[in-house]
Amino acid sequence: MTGIPADVLEREADLVGAIDRLVAQHGARRSSLLPILEALREQRRQISDVAMQVVADRLGLPPVEVQGVVTFYHFLGTEPTGRHVVHLCRTISCAMAGMGAIAERLENELGIRFGETTDDGLVTLAWANCIGMCDRPPAILLDRQAIGRVTPDDACELVARLRAGSSDDTVGGTPVGNWSGDRGPDPRDDDSR
Amino acid sequence: MSIRTPLTLASIEPDAGLRAALALDPAGVVATVTDSGIKGRGGAGFPTGRKWALAAGAPAPDGVRYVVCNADEGEPSTFKDRVLLDELPDLVFEGMTIAAYAIGAHEGICYLRGEYVYLLDALEACLARRREAGLLGDDVLGSGFSFDVRVFLGAGAYVCGEETALIESLEGRRGEARSRPPFPVVRGYNGAPTVVNNVETFAWTAAILARGADWFAAIGTDRSTGPKLLSVSGDVQHPGIYEFPLGVPIATVLEAAGGADAKAVIVGGAAGTCVPRRDFGRAISYEDVSTGGAVIVLGPWRDLLEVAENLQWFFVNESCGQCTPCRVGSLKLLEGIRRLRRGECTRQELADLVSLGGTMQIASKCGLGQAAPNVFLSLVRSLEQEMLSHIPAGAR
Repeated sequence: MTGIPADVLEREADLVGAIDRLVAQHGARRSSLLPILEALREQRRQISDVAMQVVADRLGLPPVEVQGVVTFYHFLGTEPTGRHVVHLCRTISCAMAGMGAIAERLENELGIRFGETTDDGLVTLAWANCIGMCDRPPAILLDRQAIGRVTPDDACELVARLRAGSSDDTVGGTPVGNWSGDRGPDPRDDDSR
Repeated sequence: MSIRTPLTLASIEPDAGLRAALALDPAGVVATVTDSGIKGRGGAGFPTGRKWALAAGAPAPDGVRYVVCNADEGEPSTFKDRVLLDELPDLVFEGMTIAAYAIGAHEGICYLRGEYVYLLDALEACLARRREAGLLGDDVLGSGFSFDVRVFLGAGAYVCGEETALIESLEGRRGEARSRPPFPVVRGYNGAPTVVNNVETFAWTAAILARGADWFAAIGTDRSTGPKLLSVSGDVQHPGIYEFPLGVPIATVLEAAGGADAKAVIVGGAAGTCVPRRDFGRAISYEDVSTGGAVIVLGPWRDLLEVAENLQWFFVNESCGQCTPCRVGSLKLLEGIRRLRRGECTRQELADLVSLGGTMQIASKCGLGQAAPNVFLSLVRSLEQEMLSHIPAGAR
Protein backbone atom coordinates (compact mmCIF):
# COMPACT_ATOMS: atom_id res chain seq x y z
CA MET A 1 0.00 0.00 0.00
CA THR A 2 1.37 3.38 -0.96
CA GLY A 3 2.05 6.15 1.48
CA ILE A 4 1.06 4.52 4.76
CA PRO A 5 3.94 3.22 6.91
CA ALA A 6 3.78 -0.46 7.78
CA ASP A 7 3.90 0.14 11.52
CA VAL A 8 0.86 2.43 11.28
CA LEU A 9 -1.04 -0.23 9.38
CA GLU A 10 -0.08 -2.80 11.98
CA ARG A 11 -1.22 -0.57 14.83
CA GLU A 12 -4.48 0.18 12.98
CA ALA A 13 -5.13 -3.40 11.86
CA ASP A 14 -8.57 -3.29 13.41
CA LEU A 15 -9.49 -0.16 11.45
CA VAL A 16 -8.06 -1.52 8.22
CA GLY A 17 -10.08 -4.70 8.68
CA ALA A 18 -13.28 -2.70 9.23
CA ILE A 19 -12.62 -0.66 6.08
CA ASP A 20 -11.90 -3.76 4.02
CA ARG A 21 -15.17 -5.32 5.13
CA LEU A 22 -17.08 -2.15 4.19
CA VAL A 23 -15.36 -1.93 0.81
CA ALA A 24 -16.22 -5.59 0.14
CA GLN A 25 -19.82 -4.92 1.14
CA HIS A 26 -20.33 -1.73 -0.88
CA GLY A 27 -17.93 -2.28 -3.76
CA ALA A 28 -14.63 -0.55 -4.55
CA ARG A 29 -16.30 2.25 -6.48
CA ARG A 30 -16.28 5.98 -5.95
CA SER A 31 -20.07 5.92 -5.65
CA SER A 32 -19.62 3.74 -2.57
CA LEU A 33 -17.62 6.44 -0.82
CA LEU A 34 -20.48 8.03 1.13
CA PRO A 35 -22.01 4.73 2.33
CA ILE A 36 -18.55 3.54 3.42
CA LEU A 37 -17.79 6.76 5.27
CA GLU A 38 -21.24 6.86 6.89
CA ALA A 39 -20.85 3.29 8.17
CA LEU A 40 -17.32 3.98 9.37
CA ARG A 41 -18.47 7.04 11.23
CA GLU A 42 -21.24 5.09 12.90
CA GLN A 43 -19.05 2.12 13.83
CA ARG A 44 -16.01 3.98 15.08
CA ARG A 45 -17.39 7.49 15.86
CA GLN A 46 -14.48 9.03 14.02
CA ILE A 47 -13.00 9.21 10.54
CA SER A 48 -9.29 9.54 11.28
CA ASP A 49 -6.50 10.60 8.96
CA VAL A 50 -5.41 6.98 8.64
CA ALA A 51 -8.98 5.90 7.87
CA MET A 52 -9.23 8.48 5.07
CA GLN A 53 -5.91 7.30 3.60
CA VAL A 54 -6.90 3.64 3.71
CA VAL A 55 -10.32 4.34 2.15
CA ALA A 56 -8.61 6.43 -0.55
CA ASP A 57 -6.18 3.62 -1.24
CA ARG A 58 -8.93 0.98 -1.51
CA LEU A 59 -11.06 3.11 -3.85
CA GLY A 60 -8.10 4.34 -5.89
CA LEU A 61 -8.64 7.99 -4.99
CA PRO A 62 -6.26 10.74 -3.87
CA PRO A 63 -6.60 11.04 -0.06
CA VAL A 64 -7.46 14.73 -0.43
CA GLU A 65 -10.60 13.77 -2.38
CA VAL A 66 -11.75 11.64 0.54
CA GLN A 67 -10.92 14.40 3.01
CA GLY A 68 -12.86 16.86 0.85
CA VAL A 69 -15.95 14.67 1.10
CA VAL A 70 -15.54 13.98 4.83
CA THR A 71 -15.33 17.68 5.64
CA PHE A 72 -18.21 18.67 3.34
CA TYR A 73 -21.08 16.84 5.04
CA HIS A 74 -22.45 17.76 8.47
CA PHE A 75 -22.78 14.12 9.58
CA LEU A 76 -19.25 13.11 8.63
CA GLY A 77 -16.23 15.12 9.79
CA THR A 78 -12.85 14.18 11.21
CA GLU A 79 -13.45 14.97 14.90
CA PRO A 80 -14.37 12.04 17.16
CA THR A 81 -17.87 12.09 18.63
CA GLY A 82 -19.26 10.67 21.84
CA ARG A 83 -21.25 7.45 22.06
CA HIS A 84 -24.41 9.53 21.59
CA VAL A 85 -24.84 12.64 19.48
CA VAL A 86 -27.56 15.11 20.38
CA HIS A 87 -28.37 17.35 17.41
CA LEU A 88 -30.60 20.28 18.34
CA CYS A 89 -32.38 21.91 15.40
CA ARG A 90 -31.77 25.66 15.35
CA THR A 91 -33.70 26.58 12.20
CA ILE A 92 -36.67 28.88 12.13
CA SER A 93 -39.68 26.82 13.29
CA CYS A 94 -37.69 25.36 16.18
CA ALA A 95 -36.07 28.71 16.96
CA MET A 96 -39.52 30.32 17.15
CA ALA A 97 -40.75 27.56 19.48
CA GLY A 98 -38.22 27.88 22.27
CA MET A 99 -35.09 26.19 20.94
CA GLY A 100 -32.92 28.65 22.89
CA ALA A 101 -34.16 27.41 26.27
CA ILE A 102 -33.48 23.81 25.25
CA ALA A 103 -29.97 24.74 24.14
CA GLU A 104 -29.22 26.41 27.49
CA ARG A 105 -30.56 23.45 29.44
CA LEU A 106 -28.53 20.94 27.41
CA GLU A 107 -25.34 22.95 27.86
CA ASN A 108 -25.96 23.28 31.59
CA GLU A 109 -26.81 19.63 32.13
CA LEU A 110 -23.87 18.35 30.10
CA GLY A 111 -21.40 21.04 31.12
CA ILE A 112 -20.23 21.49 27.54
CA ARG A 113 -20.87 23.88 24.69
CA PHE A 114 -22.27 23.00 21.28
CA GLY A 115 -19.60 21.32 19.18
CA GLU A 116 -18.03 19.66 22.23
CA THR A 117 -18.06 16.17 23.72
CA THR A 118 -18.32 15.31 27.42
CA ASP A 119 -15.05 14.23 29.05
CA ASP A 120 -16.38 10.71 29.59
CA GLY A 121 -17.02 10.40 25.85
CA LEU A 122 -20.74 9.82 26.39
CA VAL A 123 -22.40 12.72 24.57
CA THR A 124 -21.57 15.14 21.77
CA LEU A 125 -23.73 18.23 21.57
CA ALA A 126 -24.21 19.58 18.06
CA TRP A 127 -26.40 21.96 16.12
CA ALA A 128 -28.51 20.77 13.22
CA ASN A 129 -30.09 22.78 10.47
CA CYS A 130 -33.78 22.09 9.81
CA ILE A 131 -34.44 18.38 10.48
CA GLY A 132 -37.99 18.46 9.08
CA MET A 133 -39.82 18.20 12.41
CA CYS A 134 -41.28 21.70 12.05
CA ASP A 135 -44.78 20.54 13.00
CA ARG A 136 -43.43 19.35 16.35
CA PRO A 137 -40.87 21.95 17.44
CA PRO A 138 -38.48 22.25 19.11
CA ALA A 139 -36.90 19.04 17.85
CA ILE A 140 -33.84 16.96 18.53
CA LEU A 141 -32.13 14.26 16.53
CA LEU A 142 -30.70 11.81 19.06
CA ASP A 143 -28.40 9.43 17.18
CA ARG A 144 -30.80 7.89 14.61
CA GLN A 145 -34.01 9.05 16.25
CA ALA A 146 -36.07 12.21 16.05
CA ILE A 147 -37.81 13.65 19.08
CA GLY A 148 -40.34 16.45 18.79
CA ARG A 149 -41.93 18.95 21.18
CA VAL A 150 -39.00 18.83 23.54
CA THR A 151 -39.43 20.84 26.74
CA PRO A 152 -36.50 22.05 28.86
CA ASP A 153 -37.41 19.39 31.41
CA ASP A 154 -37.38 16.74 28.67
CA ALA A 155 -33.87 17.85 27.80
CA CYS A 156 -32.77 17.25 31.41
CA GLU A 157 -34.45 13.88 31.49
CA LEU A 158 -32.87 12.92 28.19
CA VAL A 159 -29.42 13.65 29.56
CA ALA A 160 -30.19 11.72 32.73
CA ARG A 161 -31.32 8.72 30.76
CA LEU A 162 -28.27 8.77 28.54
CA ARG A 163 -26.11 8.86 31.68
CA ALA A 164 -28.06 5.99 33.20
CA GLY A 165 -27.62 4.03 29.97
CA SER A 166 -31.35 3.46 30.04
CA SER A 167 -32.87 1.39 27.30
CA ASP A 168 -36.26 2.82 28.13
CA ASP A 169 -37.48 4.30 24.89
CA THR A 170 -39.43 7.26 26.12
CA VAL A 171 -38.27 10.69 27.10
CA GLY A 172 -40.70 13.07 28.73
CA GLY A 173 -43.64 11.08 27.45
CA THR A 174 -42.56 11.40 23.83
CA PRO A 175 -41.57 8.09 22.26
CA VAL A 176 -37.97 8.07 21.19
CA GLY A 177 -38.03 4.77 19.33
CA ASN A 178 -38.91 5.45 15.77
CA TRP A 179 -40.09 8.95 15.12
CA SER A 180 -43.39 9.24 16.92
CA GLY A 181 -44.97 11.28 14.13
CA ASP A 182 -48.53 10.35 13.43
CA ARG A 183 -48.96 7.30 15.58
CA GLY A 184 -52.08 8.54 17.28
CA PRO A 185 -52.80 11.71 19.19
CA ASP A 186 -50.00 13.40 21.03
CA PRO A 187 -50.98 14.26 24.60
CA ARG A 188 -49.46 17.69 24.07
CA ASP A 189 -51.12 18.38 20.73
CA ASP A 190 -51.91 21.89 21.85
CA ASP A 191 -54.83 23.00 19.77
CA SER A 192 -55.34 25.72 22.32
CA ARG A 193 -52.13 27.59 21.63
CA MET B 1 -51.31 14.64 14.34
CA SER B 2 -49.20 15.77 11.45
CA ILE B 3 -51.86 15.28 8.78
CA ARG B 4 -54.56 17.93 9.12
CA THR B 5 -56.70 17.42 6.01
CA PRO B 6 -57.73 14.22 4.20
CA LEU B 7 -55.04 13.31 1.69
CA THR B 8 -56.12 12.39 -1.83
CA LEU B 9 -52.93 10.36 -2.13
CA ALA B 10 -54.07 8.12 0.73
CA SER B 11 -57.20 7.20 -1.24
CA ILE B 12 -55.42 6.02 -4.40
CA GLU B 13 -55.86 2.29 -5.01
CA PRO B 14 -52.51 0.51 -4.60
CA ASP B 15 -50.80 -0.49 -7.87
CA ALA B 16 -53.65 0.88 -9.99
CA GLY B 17 -51.37 3.52 -11.50
CA LEU B 18 -48.62 1.04 -12.26
CA ARG B 19 -51.03 -1.41 -13.90
CA ALA B 20 -52.52 1.39 -15.99
CA ALA B 21 -49.02 2.50 -17.03
CA LEU B 22 -47.91 -0.98 -18.06
CA ALA B 23 -51.03 -1.28 -20.23
CA LEU B 24 -49.80 1.75 -22.20
CA ASP B 25 -46.62 2.10 -24.20
CA PRO B 26 -43.93 4.29 -22.58
CA ALA B 27 -44.78 7.24 -24.85
CA GLY B 28 -48.39 6.91 -23.74
CA VAL B 29 -47.33 7.20 -20.09
CA VAL B 30 -45.31 10.35 -20.83
CA ALA B 31 -48.31 11.75 -22.71
CA THR B 32 -50.62 11.08 -19.76
CA VAL B 33 -48.28 12.84 -17.33
CA THR B 34 -47.84 15.73 -19.77
CA ASP B 35 -51.61 16.07 -20.26
CA SER B 36 -52.15 16.25 -16.51
CA GLY B 37 -50.13 19.46 -16.47
CA ILE B 38 -48.28 18.42 -13.32
CA LYS B 39 -45.20 20.47 -12.46
CA GLY B 40 -42.43 19.52 -10.04
CA ARG B 41 -43.63 19.49 -6.43
CA GLY B 42 -40.18 20.26 -5.03
CA GLY B 43 -40.66 23.93 -5.80
CA ALA B 44 -38.89 24.65 -9.07
CA GLY B 45 -42.03 23.81 -11.02
CA PHE B 46 -40.56 22.20 -14.13
CA PRO B 47 -43.24 20.29 -16.10
CA THR B 48 -42.83 16.63 -15.15
CA GLY B 49 -44.05 15.23 -18.46
CA ARG B 50 -41.53 17.35 -20.34
CA LYS B 51 -38.72 16.20 -18.04
CA TRP B 52 -39.63 12.56 -18.69
CA ALA B 53 -39.89 13.14 -22.44
CA LEU B 54 -36.44 14.74 -22.52
CA ALA B 55 -34.87 11.85 -20.59
CA ALA B 56 -36.62 9.26 -22.75
CA GLY B 57 -35.40 10.99 -25.91
CA ALA B 58 -31.81 11.65 -24.79
CA PRO B 59 -29.21 9.35 -26.32
CA ALA B 60 -28.07 6.67 -23.85
CA PRO B 61 -25.04 4.88 -25.34
CA ASP B 62 -25.38 1.73 -23.21
CA GLY B 63 -29.13 2.03 -22.90
CA VAL B 64 -28.65 3.05 -19.26
CA ARG B 65 -30.97 5.61 -17.72
CA TYR B 66 -31.75 6.37 -14.10
CA VAL B 67 -34.70 7.47 -12.02
CA VAL B 68 -33.79 9.34 -8.84
CA CYS B 69 -36.19 10.29 -6.08
CA ASN B 70 -35.14 13.50 -4.37
CA ALA B 71 -35.91 12.77 -0.72
CA ASP B 72 -33.34 15.32 0.46
CA GLU B 73 -36.08 17.45 1.95
CA GLY B 74 -33.86 20.12 3.46
CA GLU B 75 -35.78 23.31 2.80
CA PRO B 76 -36.46 24.83 6.21
CA SER B 77 -40.01 24.18 7.40
CA THR B 78 -40.78 21.61 4.72
CA PHE B 79 -41.77 18.20 6.07
CA LYS B 80 -44.43 16.86 3.70
CA ASP B 81 -42.00 14.38 2.12
CA ARG B 82 -41.16 13.01 5.57
CA VAL B 83 -44.85 12.32 6.12
CA LEU B 84 -45.31 10.83 2.63
CA LEU B 85 -42.30 8.52 3.02
CA ASP B 86 -43.56 7.46 6.42
CA GLU B 87 -47.23 7.02 5.50
CA LEU B 88 -47.32 6.24 1.78
CA PRO B 89 -43.91 4.90 0.69
CA ASP B 90 -45.52 2.40 -1.70
CA LEU B 91 -47.09 5.18 -3.73
CA VAL B 92 -43.73 6.99 -4.01
CA PHE B 93 -41.95 3.84 -5.23
CA GLU B 94 -44.88 3.11 -7.57
CA GLY B 95 -44.39 6.55 -9.12
CA MET B 96 -40.67 5.87 -9.53
CA THR B 97 -41.49 2.57 -11.26
CA ILE B 98 -43.89 4.33 -13.62
CA ALA B 99 -41.24 6.94 -14.44
CA ALA B 100 -38.69 4.20 -15.10
CA TYR B 101 -41.05 2.44 -17.49
CA ALA B 102 -41.75 5.73 -19.25
CA ILE B 103 -38.09 6.63 -19.84
CA GLY B 104 -36.62 3.13 -20.13
CA ALA B 105 -34.68 3.01 -16.84
CA HIS B 106 -33.92 -0.16 -14.91
CA GLU B 107 -32.29 1.31 -11.84
CA GLY B 108 -33.77 3.75 -9.35
CA ILE B 109 -32.20 5.49 -6.38
CA CYS B 110 -34.02 7.14 -3.51
CA TYR B 111 -31.71 9.81 -2.05
CA LEU B 112 -32.85 10.03 1.58
CA ARG B 113 -31.52 12.92 3.62
CA GLY B 114 -29.33 11.84 6.52
CA GLU B 115 -31.67 13.58 8.97
CA TYR B 116 -34.41 11.09 8.01
CA VAL B 117 -32.28 8.02 8.80
CA TYR B 118 -35.05 6.77 11.11
CA LEU B 119 -37.19 6.13 8.01
CA LEU B 120 -34.51 3.96 6.38
CA ASP B 121 -35.47 0.54 7.78
CA ALA B 122 -39.15 0.99 6.92
CA LEU B 123 -38.30 2.10 3.37
CA GLU B 124 -36.01 -0.92 2.86
CA ALA B 125 -38.78 -3.17 4.17
CA CYS B 126 -41.26 -1.55 1.78
CA LEU B 127 -38.90 -2.19 -1.14
CA ALA B 128 -38.49 -5.84 -0.06
CA ARG B 129 -42.28 -6.26 0.08
CA ARG B 130 -42.61 -4.79 -3.39
CA ARG B 131 -39.98 -7.17 -4.78
CA GLU B 132 -41.80 -10.06 -3.12
CA ALA B 133 -45.08 -8.92 -4.69
CA GLY B 134 -43.55 -8.65 -8.15
CA LEU B 135 -43.90 -4.86 -8.20
CA LEU B 136 -40.13 -4.46 -8.48
CA GLY B 137 -37.50 -6.75 -9.93
CA ASP B 138 -36.90 -8.63 -13.12
CA ASP B 139 -40.38 -8.87 -14.52
CA VAL B 140 -42.62 -6.21 -13.02
CA LEU B 141 -46.18 -7.61 -12.88
CA GLY B 142 -45.35 -10.00 -15.71
CA SER B 143 -44.75 -7.17 -18.16
CA GLY B 144 -41.18 -8.13 -19.04
CA PHE B 145 -40.04 -4.72 -17.78
CA SER B 146 -37.39 -4.81 -15.06
CA PHE B 147 -36.69 -2.16 -12.44
CA ASP B 148 -35.36 -1.98 -8.92
CA VAL B 149 -34.78 0.76 -6.36
CA ARG B 150 -32.18 1.24 -3.65
CA VAL B 151 -32.06 3.84 -0.90
CA PHE B 152 -28.98 6.05 -0.68
CA LEU B 153 -28.49 7.88 2.60
CA GLY B 154 -27.28 11.47 2.47
CA ALA B 155 -24.94 12.81 5.14
CA GLY B 156 -26.33 16.26 5.94
CA ALA B 157 -26.06 18.97 3.28
CA TYR B 158 -28.93 21.27 2.28
CA VAL B 159 -27.40 21.97 -1.13
CA CYS B 160 -27.82 18.30 -2.10
CA GLY B 161 -31.50 19.03 -2.65
CA GLU B 162 -30.30 20.80 -5.81
CA GLU B 163 -30.44 18.06 -8.41
CA THR B 164 -26.92 18.35 -9.81
CA ALA B 165 -25.42 18.55 -6.31
CA LEU B 166 -27.49 15.51 -5.40
CA ILE B 167 -26.01 13.62 -8.34
CA GLU B 168 -22.47 14.65 -7.34
CA SER B 169 -23.22 13.30 -3.86
CA LEU B 170 -24.53 10.00 -5.28
CA GLU B 171 -21.27 9.69 -7.22
CA GLY B 172 -19.26 10.03 -4.00
CA ARG B 173 -18.27 13.66 -4.26
CA ARG B 174 -18.81 16.89 -2.38
CA GLY B 175 -22.32 18.14 -3.05
CA GLU B 176 -21.30 21.03 -5.27
CA ALA B 177 -23.73 21.99 -8.02
CA ARG B 178 -22.72 21.46 -11.63
CA SER B 179 -23.00 24.03 -14.37
CA ARG B 180 -26.13 23.50 -16.44
CA PRO B 181 -26.49 22.67 -19.29
CA PRO B 182 -26.07 19.80 -19.69
CA PHE B 183 -29.13 19.06 -17.60
CA PRO B 184 -29.44 15.73 -15.75
CA VAL B 185 -32.07 14.54 -18.23
CA VAL B 186 -29.24 14.49 -20.78
CA ARG B 187 -26.17 13.83 -18.61
CA GLY B 188 -26.99 12.93 -15.02
CA TYR B 189 -25.88 10.11 -12.72
CA ASN B 190 -22.74 8.44 -14.12
CA GLY B 191 -23.22 10.56 -17.25
CA ALA B 192 -26.48 8.81 -18.17
CA PRO B 193 -29.87 10.45 -18.77
CA THR B 194 -31.44 10.83 -15.32
CA VAL B 195 -34.85 11.93 -14.13
CA VAL B 196 -34.70 13.54 -10.69
CA ASN B 197 -38.13 14.22 -9.20
CA ASN B 198 -39.38 15.18 -5.78
CA VAL B 199 -41.03 12.58 -3.49
CA GLU B 200 -44.44 14.23 -3.83
CA THR B 201 -44.14 14.44 -7.62
CA PHE B 202 -43.66 10.67 -7.87
CA ALA B 203 -46.65 10.04 -5.61
CA TRP B 204 -48.87 12.28 -7.74
CA THR B 205 -47.76 10.66 -11.00
CA ALA B 206 -48.93 7.29 -9.63
CA ALA B 207 -52.26 8.95 -8.79
CA ILE B 208 -52.45 10.49 -12.28
CA LEU B 209 -51.97 7.12 -13.95
CA ALA B 210 -54.57 5.60 -11.63
CA ARG B 211 -57.24 8.28 -12.07
CA GLY B 212 -56.39 9.88 -15.39
CA ALA B 213 -54.84 13.11 -16.60
CA ASP B 214 -58.23 14.83 -16.88
CA TRP B 215 -59.02 14.21 -13.21
CA PHE B 216 -55.78 15.91 -12.16
CA ALA B 217 -55.96 18.74 -14.67
CA ALA B 218 -59.47 19.66 -13.52
CA ILE B 219 -58.08 20.54 -10.06
CA GLY B 220 -56.22 23.82 -9.45
CA THR B 221 -55.67 26.53 -12.04
CA ASP B 222 -54.85 26.39 -15.76
CA ARG B 223 -51.12 26.77 -15.20
CA SER B 224 -50.93 25.12 -11.77
CA THR B 225 -52.88 21.90 -11.96
CA GLY B 226 -53.65 19.44 -9.22
CA PRO B 227 -53.57 19.43 -5.45
CA LYS B 228 -50.47 20.38 -3.44
CA LEU B 229 -49.29 19.34 -0.02
CA LEU B 230 -48.34 22.24 2.22
CA SER B 231 -46.18 22.03 5.33
CA VAL B 232 -47.57 24.64 7.71
CA SER B 233 -45.58 25.61 10.79
CA GLY B 234 -44.71 28.55 13.01
CA ASP B 235 -47.21 30.69 14.89
CA VAL B 236 -50.31 28.58 14.20
CA GLN B 237 -52.61 26.51 16.37
CA HIS B 238 -52.49 23.44 14.14
CA PRO B 239 -49.11 22.94 12.45
CA GLY B 240 -48.98 20.03 10.02
CA ILE B 241 -49.60 18.83 6.48
CA TYR B 242 -52.48 20.33 4.51
CA GLU B 243 -53.70 19.47 1.04
CA PHE B 244 -55.19 22.25 -1.09
CA PRO B 245 -55.76 22.71 -4.81
CA LEU B 246 -53.04 24.94 -6.26
CA GLY B 247 -54.33 28.47 -6.54
CA VAL B 248 -55.54 28.47 -2.94
CA PRO B 249 -55.37 31.92 -1.33
CA ILE B 250 -52.87 32.21 1.54
CA ALA B 251 -55.75 33.44 3.76
CA THR B 252 -57.60 30.13 3.31
CA VAL B 253 -54.55 28.16 4.43
CA LEU B 254 -54.10 30.39 7.46
CA GLU B 255 -57.73 30.05 8.44
CA ALA B 256 -57.54 26.26 8.30
CA ALA B 257 -54.34 26.19 10.32
CA GLY B 258 -55.46 28.62 12.98
CA GLY B 259 -53.13 31.44 12.09
CA ALA B 260 -55.52 34.07 10.75
CA ASP B 261 -53.98 36.80 12.92
CA ALA B 262 -50.55 36.43 11.27
CA LYS B 263 -48.48 39.51 10.45
CA ALA B 264 -46.78 37.79 7.53
CA VAL B 265 -46.00 34.37 6.12
CA ILE B 266 -42.87 33.05 4.47
CA VAL B 267 -43.90 30.83 1.59
CA GLY B 268 -41.23 28.48 0.26
CA GLY B 269 -38.96 28.22 3.28
CA ALA B 270 -35.58 29.91 3.65
CA ALA B 271 -35.41 30.24 -0.13
CA GLY B 272 -38.95 31.60 -0.29
CA THR B 273 -40.79 34.89 -0.15
CA CYS B 274 -42.15 36.89 2.75
CA VAL B 275 -45.78 37.83 2.10
CA PRO B 276 -47.26 40.54 4.34
CA ARG B 277 -50.79 40.45 5.72
CA ARG B 278 -52.17 42.87 3.11
CA ASP B 279 -51.28 40.34 0.40
CA PHE B 280 -52.90 37.28 2.00
CA GLY B 281 -55.34 37.23 -0.92
CA ARG B 282 -52.48 36.08 -3.16
CA ALA B 283 -52.56 32.51 -4.40
CA ILE B 284 -50.18 29.64 -3.80
CA SER B 285 -49.43 28.60 -7.37
CA TYR B 286 -46.60 28.56 -9.87
CA GLU B 287 -47.85 31.80 -11.43
CA ASP B 288 -48.21 33.71 -8.16
CA VAL B 289 -46.48 32.65 -4.91
CA SER B 290 -44.56 29.52 -5.86
CA THR B 291 -43.45 26.97 -3.29
CA GLY B 292 -42.29 23.46 -2.63
CA GLY B 293 -44.81 23.52 0.16
CA ALA B 294 -43.43 25.38 3.17
CA VAL B 295 -45.65 27.97 4.83
CA ILE B 296 -44.03 29.59 7.87
CA VAL B 297 -46.55 31.66 9.80
CA LEU B 298 -45.31 34.73 11.66
CA GLY B 299 -47.58 35.99 14.43
CA PRO B 300 -48.36 39.66 15.08
CA TRP B 301 -45.66 39.92 17.78
CA ARG B 302 -42.87 38.34 15.74
CA ASP B 303 -39.63 40.27 15.16
CA LEU B 304 -39.22 39.84 11.41
CA LEU B 305 -35.55 40.76 11.44
CA GLU B 306 -34.90 38.00 13.97
CA VAL B 307 -36.54 35.62 11.50
CA ALA B 308 -34.47 37.02 8.64
CA GLU B 309 -31.28 36.66 10.68
CA ASN B 310 -32.03 33.02 11.48
CA LEU B 311 -32.67 32.19 7.83
CA GLN B 312 -29.64 34.14 6.58
CA TRP B 313 -27.45 32.31 9.08
CA PHE B 314 -28.79 29.09 7.60
CA PHE B 315 -27.46 30.05 4.16
CA VAL B 316 -24.09 31.11 5.56
CA ASN B 317 -23.84 27.67 7.13
CA GLU B 318 -25.12 25.69 4.14
CA SER B 319 -23.40 27.51 1.26
CA CYS B 320 -21.03 25.04 -0.34
CA GLY B 321 -18.57 27.87 -0.89
CA GLN B 322 -17.62 27.21 -4.49
CA CYS B 323 -18.93 30.51 -5.87
CA THR B 324 -18.19 33.95 -4.41
CA PRO B 325 -21.61 35.65 -4.67
CA CYS B 326 -23.17 33.01 -2.43
CA ARG B 327 -20.24 32.37 -0.08
CA VAL B 328 -19.39 36.01 0.61
CA GLY B 329 -22.75 37.56 -0.17
CA SER B 330 -24.63 35.44 2.38
CA LEU B 331 -22.20 36.46 5.12
CA LYS B 332 -22.35 40.15 4.16
CA LEU B 333 -26.15 40.03 4.23
CA LEU B 334 -26.08 38.38 7.66
CA GLU B 335 -23.77 41.09 8.99
CA GLY B 336 -26.06 43.70 7.49
CA ILE B 337 -29.17 42.21 9.08
CA ARG B 338 -27.39 42.15 12.45
CA ARG B 339 -26.38 45.80 12.06
CA LEU B 340 -29.95 46.66 11.12
CA ARG B 341 -31.22 44.88 14.25
CA ARG B 342 -28.77 46.80 16.40
CA GLY B 343 -29.84 50.09 14.85
CA GLU B 344 -26.43 50.63 13.26
CA CYS B 345 -27.44 50.45 9.61
CA THR B 346 -27.95 53.63 7.61
CA ARG B 347 -30.47 54.01 4.87
CA GLN B 348 -27.67 53.98 2.31
CA GLU B 349 -26.28 50.75 3.75
CA LEU B 350 -29.73 49.20 3.51
CA ALA B 351 -29.81 50.18 -0.17
CA ASP B 352 -26.38 48.57 -0.62
CA LEU B 353 -27.63 45.35 1.00
CA VAL B 354 -30.58 45.27 -1.37
CA SER B 355 -28.21 45.79 -4.29
CA LEU B 356 -25.97 42.98 -3.02
CA GLY B 357 -29.00 40.70 -2.80
CA GLY B 358 -29.84 41.45 -6.41
CA THR B 359 -26.29 40.57 -7.44
CA MET B 360 -26.49 37.26 -5.59
CA GLN B 361 -29.75 36.42 -7.36
CA ILE B 362 -28.21 36.79 -10.81
CA ALA B 363 -24.57 35.84 -10.21
CA SER B 364 -24.74 32.76 -7.97
CA LYS B 365 -24.06 29.44 -9.63
CA CYS B 366 -26.95 27.41 -8.28
CA GLY B 367 -30.38 27.81 -6.78
CA LEU B 368 -29.05 27.99 -3.23
CA GLY B 369 -27.14 31.22 -3.73
CA GLN B 370 -29.74 32.64 -6.10
CA ALA B 371 -32.39 32.18 -3.42
CA ALA B 372 -30.27 33.08 -0.37
CA PRO B 373 -31.27 36.79 -0.36
CA ASN B 374 -34.97 36.16 -1.18
CA VAL B 375 -36.50 36.43 2.27
CA PHE B 376 -34.51 39.53 3.20
CA LEU B 377 -35.29 41.27 -0.10
CA SER B 378 -38.98 40.47 0.13
CA LEU B 379 -39.03 41.75 3.71
CA VAL B 380 -37.49 45.05 2.71
CA ARG B 381 -39.85 45.34 -0.24
CA SER B 382 -43.07 44.42 1.48
CA LEU B 383 -42.49 45.69 5.01
CA GLU B 384 -40.41 48.75 4.29
CA GLN B 385 -41.79 50.77 7.19
CA GLU B 386 -40.91 48.08 9.73
CA MET B 387 -37.41 47.84 8.25
CA LEU B 388 -36.92 51.61 8.29
CA SER B 389 -37.99 51.73 11.93
CA HIS B 390 -34.71 49.98 12.73
CA ILE B 391 -32.67 52.74 11.14
CA PRO B 392 -31.40 55.41 13.54
CA ALA B 393 -33.45 58.59 13.20
CA GLY B 394 -30.61 60.75 11.95
CA ALA B 395 -29.84 58.31 9.18
CA ARG B 396 -33.33 57.88 7.75
